[in-house]
Amino acid sequence: MSSFKQAFTSSLGKKLIMSLTGLFLCTFLVVHLIGNLQLFHDDNGKAFNEYAYFMTHFPPIKVVSYLLYASIILHAIYALVVTLHNKKARPVKYAVYDGQANSKWNSRNMGFLGTILLFFIVSHMYSFWWKYHRDQVPYIEYRSDLNSGSTQTRELAAAEFNDYQNFTDNGVEVVRARDLYRQVEFAFQEWWLVAFYVIAMVALSFHLIHGFRSAFQTLGWNHKKYVPLIRFIGIWGFGVLIPIGFAAMPLYFFFCK
Amino acid sequence: MSGHMNLTLKVWRQKNKETRGKFVTYKADDISPDMSFLEMLDVVNEGLTRKGEDPIYFDHDCREGICGMCSLHINGRPHGPKEETTTCQLHMRSFHDGQTIVIEPWRAAAFPVIKDLAVDRSAFDRIQQAGAYVNINTGGVPDANAIPIPKDVADEAFESATCIGCGACVAACKNASAMLFVSAKISQYALVPQGQTERYSRAQAMVAQMDEEGFGSCTNTGACEAECPVGIKLTNIARMNREYFTAKFFKQEEAH
Ligand code: FES
Repeated sequence: MSSFKQAFTSSLGKKLIMSLTGLFLCTFLVVHLIGNLQLFHDDNGKAFNEYAYFMTHFPPIKVVSYLLYASIILHAIYALVVTLHNKKARPVKYAVYDGQANSKWNSRNMGFLGTILLFFIVSHMYSFWWKYHRDQVPYIEYRSDLNSGSTQTRELAAAEFNDYQNFTDNGVEVVRARDLYRQVEFAFQEWWLVAFYVIAMVALSFHLIHGFRSAFQTLGWNHKKYVPLIRFIGIWGFGVLIPIGFAAMPLYFFFCK
Repeated sequence: MSGHMNLTLKVWRQKNKETRGKFVTYKADDISPDMSFLEMLDVVNEGLTRKGEDPIYFDHDCREGICGMCSLHINGRPHGPKEETTTCQLHMRSFHDGQTIVIEPWRAAAFPVIKDLAVDRSAFDRIQQAGAYVNINTGGVPDANAIPIPKDVADEAFESATCIGCGACVAACKNASAMLFVSAKISQYALVPQGQTERYSRAQAMVAQMDEEGFGSCTNTGACEAECPVGIKLTNIARMNREYFTAKFFKQEEAH
């Protein structure tokens, strides 16, 4: 057992934890993006609100979400530990240090980018996760006529709402849910919040262009055949597609709603 | 004397490990572009000696790019501005007349300054002693090629073995990490059959010693690879990680 302890307290082991938690957070981003595409449905948020209920109540997903919170915290703590250790390794700084000559800006500033992301995560979770769990969002009822397919919506007062419901009554599907969609729509009317989200996604892009590839290097998965693929996914998938997908959401609500 | 140049040097002067150092400005006049960087410093030192001042102390030995003794952080880069070139092989034609050149020692907690520009790199020796060796078979002289090694594997091991241990990787790294050096030393043995006996104990011992010496952790910026005077590749670091994790998680207690 002590070999595990040694392994994880070594300089390599701390990086292994950064790598594993980082990659787990990357997979989460993919799921989160795909799920949140429901926001673009033009259905008054029915699909999105049903999805939000599912994600917060389906037990296996709840387990994964705790793993996720743990990963964020571990990733941040180990980043701090490694950074402090690295600072100690060079107590006297260079008077002239030409970092640009030998490395990329983002690879040297992962801590700075990560700090922006941590602030973002805290603010993001407060705006949506916290308010959703604390019942600080409005309630809504959808009545869909299963024959004609038309849907009517009505805001519910807090007194009318006891819990999420989904039932069919006389050919009419009734869904009562917490209206997280409204909350999203409402939050993204603020230009500064939209700007903050877009900036955070730029930081995410630079963080992941280095981070994704770096995680594989730390794991020791560096192979001529696969490195080009890892780089491609890191740059185009995690550096471009995912941040643009996320940034599109606040922009869509700000400009199109 | 056409083409000769006059330079301003800002040199780190530090009496010994205990005292605080500072930059001192010197003029280097009438420097030939064909001189090496160290020869330029020799010229400056001759002038200092003549004036009865303490000459600038710097490390050097072979002056042909093979021993790894020379160092110097020149205008923000280890071994100066030229790629895959040691300071002793760097020529003054890489600079221009009137230029100011800032010269600093390697900066790392694990490389304390001995004097001026020379640092104590014995941390590297101790890492080597921890595991960079193979067990020796005594007996008769073995036949040549008695141990078959595929050419590309031998080449890869050779590439790793070209590390001259100068410490530029540590100097370049924003974290003062020694992982390029250590990984090259681990790789050169891990790849070939002669190195298999101590393969996993070596990776563990050398990484432990590296941590003990107080080097930083790799954050994969790639600065070490870019600044290495002999072109040691980052793939070595990935290999070291594999060797180390394999050793720790699967191999250490293999004999039950
Ligand atoms: S003095 Fe030997 S490598 Fe420069």
